[in-house]
Amino acid sequence: MTVHEMAKTLELTPLSVTDGEREFSGVYIGDLLSWVMGRAKSDNVWITIMSNINIVAVASLADVACIILAEGVTVDENVRTTAEAKGINLYSSEKTAYELASMLARIDV
Amino acid sequence: MNEAVKLHFLVDGEDFTSAGQASVQVKKSLRQLGISPEIIRKVSIAMYEGEINMVIHAGGGEADVVIYEDRIEIDLIDHGPGIANIDLAMQEGFSTAPDNIRSLGFGAGMGLPNMKRYTDSMKIDSELGKGTRILMTVNL
Repeated sequence: MTVHEMAKTLELTPLSVTDGEREFSGVYIGDLLSWVMGRAKSDNVWITIMSNINIVAVASLADVACIILAEGVTVDENVRTTAEAKGINLYSSEKTAYELASMLARIDV
Repeated sequence: MNEAVKLHFLVDGEDFTSAGQASVQVKKSLRQLGISPEIIRKVSIAMYEGEINMVIHAGGGEADVVIYEDRIEIDLIDHGPGIANIDLAMQEGFSTAPDNIRSLGFGAGMGLPNMKRYTDSMKIDSELGKGTRILMTVNL
């Protein structure tokens, strides 16, 4: 399934969508950035409540398909524009990480 | 590729928000050279952790990346305080990072372990009060 289709199903708010047609596979949830870099896999959906600028670099280097900011977390405009410039798909949601993961578990086949 | 490709970076120790620029540049260069995505991921994550460490602990430093036909070498040098106990620093979860760094999502004690995890060899030379040199190799 593409990131765009997934975002539509989960009713995510798009903050930066540079490659909505990218296929995702699997999910990783975490806020400690080094932990995420060590454990997240390529093409994962990454769910986090961490919102500082470094999430963009981590997403790029770990090669995740997209970032979902859970629980209504917002980002500064410079994080959003950096994500756009670096080609990172970034969404937000009012749902908790658990709710998002539960929905993803049903659609990630 | 007959001749080694050499990249050199100065890592700015002042600007935490721009940390990772060298790693992102390395990622781009490796992609242009047609290196496989999994190798690129390993090299860029190991390098990013090294960069972040230099910013957090050492006030910046220098990074040299050399791409040979059969391997990629990453050489990180700083003139920071040095690592008091390397065995301890290599343990997952051990960190001396301050609270403000932890609030940014770093300082989980995964930096050096990740560097080891994502490279085929890693050598640390560190002297208290002088600095640290880390040489990592990823085989192609």
